[in-house]
Amino acid sequence: MNWLEFFAMKGYAWYVWGSYGVSLLVIIVEIVLVRHRGKNTLQQLRLMRDAENME
Amino acid sequence: MAINWFKYAAPSTFYGLAGKLIPWFAWPAAVLFCVGMYIGFFVAPTDAVQSEAYRIIFIHVPASILSMIIYLVMAGYAALGLIFNTRLSSMMATALAPTGALLAFISLWTGALWGKPMWGAWWVWDARLTSELILLFLYLGFISLQASIEDPRRADRAGALLAIVGSVNVPIIYFSVQWWNTLHQGSSIKLSGTSMHIAMQQAMFAMLAAMWLYVIAIALLRVRSIILERERNTQWVAELAEVKQ
Amino acid sequence: MSKLSLLSLLGLVISRDLTLAMRRRADVLTTLIFFVLVVSLFPLAVGTEMDMLRKMAPGVVWVAALLASMLSLGRMFSADYLDGTLEQMLLVPQSLSMLVLGKIVAHWMLSGLPLVLIAPVLGLQFDMSGEALLVLVVALLIGTPVLSMIGAFGAALTLGLRGGGVLVSLLVLPLCIPVLIFGAGAVTAVTSGVSPASNLSLLGAFLLMSLLFTPWVSAQALRISME
Repeated sequence: MNWLEFFAMKGYAWYVWGSYGVSLLVIIVEIVLVRHRGKNTLQQLRLMRDAENME
Repeated sequence: MAINWFKYAAPSTFYGLAGKLIPWFAWPAAVLFCVGMYIGFFVAPTDAVQSEAYRIIFIHVPASILSMIIYLVMAGYAALGLIFNTRLSSMMATALAPTGALLAFISLWTGALWGKPMWGAWWVWDARLTSELILLFLYLGFISLQASIEDPRRADRAGALLAIVGSVNVPIIYFSVQWWNTLHQGSSIKLSGTSMHIAMQQAMFAMLAAMWLYVIAIALLRVRSIILERERNTQWVAELAEVKQ
Repeated sequence: MSKLSLLSLLGLVISRDLTLAMRRRADVLTTLIFFVLVVSLFPLAVGTEMDMLRKMAPGVVWVAALLASMLSLGRMFSADYLDGTLEQMLLVPQSLSMLVLGKIVAHWMLSGLPLVLIAPVLGLQFDMSGEALLVLVVALLIGTPVLSMIGAFGAALTLGLRGGGVLVSLLVLPLCIPVLIFGAGAVTAVTSGVSPASNLSLLGAFLLMSLLFTPWVSAQALRISME
């Protein structure tokens, strides 16, 4: 299997890998953002609980 | 996608269930993705007309199909929330929207990158791509509306009404755009020939399944955050292990 | 006080809105001026080649009509919302849908109808034939009420929200696209020598469907926004 040829995609490399690349990027960004949101929320909740405990 | 047991209709119980379910969707999604990509790139042959560029369809087509299905599911959940006043249904709708919008974007991006080598233009006013663009606007409208409303219940119901009206409009919009496209003789992004090589079909199904499972996983993950945010003043949230630590 | 019939309620709402608008005539005029301005911008931007302008004309007029309609949507409910009248309207025993329909009709008379009347003048700027102008006027006559109705839905949903006009436009414009396609399509058909009947009848269908559903849906949106 000639890897160089494979990646060249008969001249369509930019289009094919550009598509998959951006799509993968979008999905990774989505996952990161959702996890970040989750962590943030938990942090907020802990802060709330701390604030209450202090009273 | 809906687990129809009333026990889990409460955000407090669904939170735990969702957490347990996520890996069951995420891992198979990843596996199927690898399988789909393998078949799509190493088993499926080069297309006679479109050469290697056609391989974009393995992500373009699933993204398009899913973006449309998600809109309808989102509207369905929103409608349930509106009619039965179930908070969790509305939360699911809100959780699905960003994913649907991102898939619509992926569909447009990959569609453009497919169109350029085939038809020489970055954007061909193909009926399906144009409908997809309008679908993206519908998603963005839903998300913007909910983002602009402070009161969560008003946001739920206003969004639901918008989503329902949007769904009713989707066939009308699609039909109008189809008609407009034939009139203006835009190009049609199609696959060569009427039958697809079996490997292409397999790759397509694998990728579709992979993305479907991914959507479920990410929506469950997002809805967990939404549940915590909305229910932050309740007892059960305060008792959660993650919060107590 | 005798109970109002639905029709007289309708008349009451329409005349009230029209009277109030007449006291702020500037609002109505600015929409009209905006419409004329936008249409006039296009030849300035794309050049005066008559063939091209003639082809563009239906599209340009329709997009301008859409934008002008969006502009004036804020007026539909916000004034009544701010001074508390809208709250009273929600308590009225008669149908809220009828009230909303009245507001829609008034809105159309103030923003859609003037566009219909001034469109021929604008069409002449683009060297449209008499036949094309006639079809344009008819299409606008049937289509602009639909725009007002879809707009009412958007205005009701976004009542009192910050982000105002832009948000409404984002929500409403995608829904207006079919009207745009067939409205402009009717004129394009007649200039290509084909009958505009199918386009116009589809527009008519949209009009009927919106008449049936939008007042009620907008009323629901109002209730949601006002809780």
